[in-house]
Amino acid sequence: MSKFKKKKKGMPGISTASLPDIVFMLLFFFMVTTVMRETDLKIKQTLPFATEVKKLERKSLVSYIYVGKSKVEGQGGDKIQLNDRISNVEDIKYFIFAERETHPEEEIPLLTTSIKADIKTSVGTITDIKEELRNINALKINYSTRKGDVSKNMN
Amino acid sequence: MARRELPEINAGSMADIAFLLLIFFLVTTTMDVDTGISRKLPEKQPEDIDAPKLKEKNVFVVTVNRNNNIMIEGDKFIQIDQLRDEAIKFIDNGGGKGNPIGEAEAAECDWCEGAKDPASSDHPNKAIISLESDRGTSYGTYISVQNELVGAYTDLRNRLSKKMYNITYIELVKQSNNDMQNESLKEKIKIIKEKYPQIISEAEPFK
Repeated sequence: MSKFKKKKKGMPGISTASLPDIVFMLLFFFMVTTVMRETDLKIKQTLPFATEVKKLERKSLVSYIYVGKSKVEGQGGDKIQLNDRISNVEDIKYFIFAERETHPEEEIPLLTTSIKADIKTSVGTITDIKEELRNINALKINYSTRKGDVSKNMN
Repeated sequence: MARRELPEINAGSMADIAFLLLIFFLVTTTMDVDTGISRKLPEKQPEDIDAPKLKEKNVFVVTVNRNNNIMIEGDKFIQIDQLRDEAIKFIDNGGGKGNPIGEAEAAECDWCEGAKDPASSDHPNKAIISLESDRGTSYGTYISVQNELVGAYTDLRNRLSKKMYNITYIELVKQSNNDMQNESLKEKIKIIKEKYPQIISEAEPFK
């Protein structure tokens, strides 16, 4: 009868042998679907909504200009962030020139400047940036927006 | 010599290592897709250039003030949700003859479905939308207005494309992007774009 006595009581433990596989799967999923964060935002930002949006293709051809209020309390006015620094409007041309340096000649007309501006920014700041971009002939721009109804922009 | 068995490597901590990597990637990467309204800035003009003469009826003026109120044609306040219809009405009016396209003679717009009001725009290729904004306008409103104006053109192009090729313009562009070699799709897009060219001009903002 000893054969039957061996039977254990209670639930068997769940095998964790496949846990690494599961986690690796998740890891690969995230590695494939995401991109490295390039800059640390120094400004507060909520992008406006729009419906007529286009996806920006070829991220390597896009340079970003961030506009918004500073995260540090007590600093008023719209701030412009290029790379990791708060900058002036005049710095934009050097930023774009530096960006052009890293691309071969034939890609330069394809370079796009994406303006990521906060919903409460005043248009004056944006106009200054556009004027600066026109001066150096960087004419392709993109107003970064989220997809959504425009009525959400109004409050 | 006795063959010794190699001790098996303990894989128990593999999960921990994988988790560590996973968390690292979760923190350092972003998932957002960049979307936005694409525009092309006008080239810098020499100071002394004469502005081309335009008939007032061919220009649709949209003004946004610092309180984010929207006014069209200098006399009518409207809400943002009315702007698209007003713009469509203006572009699609077709009250007269347009600019000649290529070799062809200047002709009337035979694809327009507008009111053909002689006091409004002549032809979609003559109709210009001029956007004036104040420096104090909020960016949200500015984007909304731009979006509605681009939307008006998209609506018109969709309608025309549906009539000519039984497929919307958006769908046409999407197919063309998936199939870059297809010349007939490109040709269709070109025709639609020629019939409703997107002419949005931005004036310098007033202080």
